[in-house]
Amino acid sequence: MIDLINLISEWAIPVVIFFILSISFYRGIKVYDVFVEGAVEGLATGIKIIPYLLAMLVAIGVFRSSGALDLILDLVAIPLQRVGIPKEVIPLSLIRPLSGTGALGFVTDLINQYGPDSFIGRLASTMQGSTETTFYVVTVYFGAIGIKNTRHAIAAGLVADFVGFIAAVFICQLVFG
Amino acid sequence: MLNKIWFAMITVGMVVAAINGRMEEVSVAILQSAEESVRIVIKLIGPMSLWLGLMKLAEESGLVQGLAKLFKPVAKILFPKIPTDHPALGSIMMNLSANLLGLGNSATPLGIKAMHQLQSLNNKSETASDAMCTFLVINTSGLTLIPTTILALRAGAGSINPTEIVGTTLFATACSTIAGVIINKLLIKVGRSKL
Repeated sequence: MIDLINLISEWAIPVVIFFILSISFYRGIKVYDVFVEGAVEGLATGIKIIPYLLAMLVAIGVFRSSGALDLILDLVAIPLQRVGIPKEVIPLSLIRPLSGTGALGFVTDLINQYGPDSFIGRLASTMQGSTETTFYVVTVYFGAIGIKNTRHAIAAGLVADFVGFIAAVFICQLVFG
Repeated sequence: MLNKIWFAMITVGMVVAAINGRMEEVSVAILQSAEESVRIVIKLIGPMSLWLGLMKLAEESGLVQGLAKLFKPVAKILFPKIPTDHPALGSIMMNLSANLLGLGNSATPLGIKAMHQLQSLNNKSETASDAMCTFLVINTSGLTLIPTTILALRAGAGSINPTEIVGTTLFATACSTIAGVIINKLLIKVGRSKL
């Protein structure tokens, strides 16, 4: 299984690039000129994202380093444990939507501490793999096009994250419990 | 929403830091985060330029429009307001495919491209459209078939069976995506009835 997955991961990008290039060439497009013309927009888009991402990362940095995140963690830990979420992974549920690298670091610690094939290791892996860094996605996607009023997008994203965590706990208890 | 969240995170953080005596950590974190944001964007610019170039080719050769057509049945339900042959649907499909294959570094530029195209259909350029919210929620819910990063991490940690979490991940991410899409639809309706 891992071999097949590795194979797909290795082949996907080259195959897609080959496919796009050959079709374009076949249809008489000046492939190099058009590619460069499109690629030139990359830098401007990146620069446009910086202020949005900076604002968000600074806020998250203040929030985490001050200990405010730990305070919220203490508040939600008991009700979440009641629902059946193991206390080891509860911090992950709060860090995951805020910081991708933070969450990955936390999962790495859990895996090293409990082992990748322990229940906690499998659950943490499932949680990390099944959700995204909501605040990063919102900031980058909306920042790139200058959206300031995000409407309900963050709320909906956070609800989706929460459902994902509950689903991960449920399925892991069913399969590995 | 972001104005309030941003203000609250910073002010609550600073008050808590003052009480906990962690101002030093906070001031380090502020400058580190500022640096980090540029580092992240610099890493993003390369793959983004690459995919924007390829997407330009895919558009001019008609591939994106072809993809959009393939995506039609799903697009009608998820994005009812986008014309079914619009290139934005092709970009959305490219982004979703990259997500499913676990190619995070390619998914983000393709998603940004899709957002640009959705913006061309948006009549209030600083307010997210319904389609943008739906697309965003699908992305934040982490839809994937192959969680590449975590598989690499598990293999590196010496797991006997690194891929055993693929099934559980698929289940969890499917629940999360479906819940996200449903709550998004509901919130769109609620928002409309308020107006």
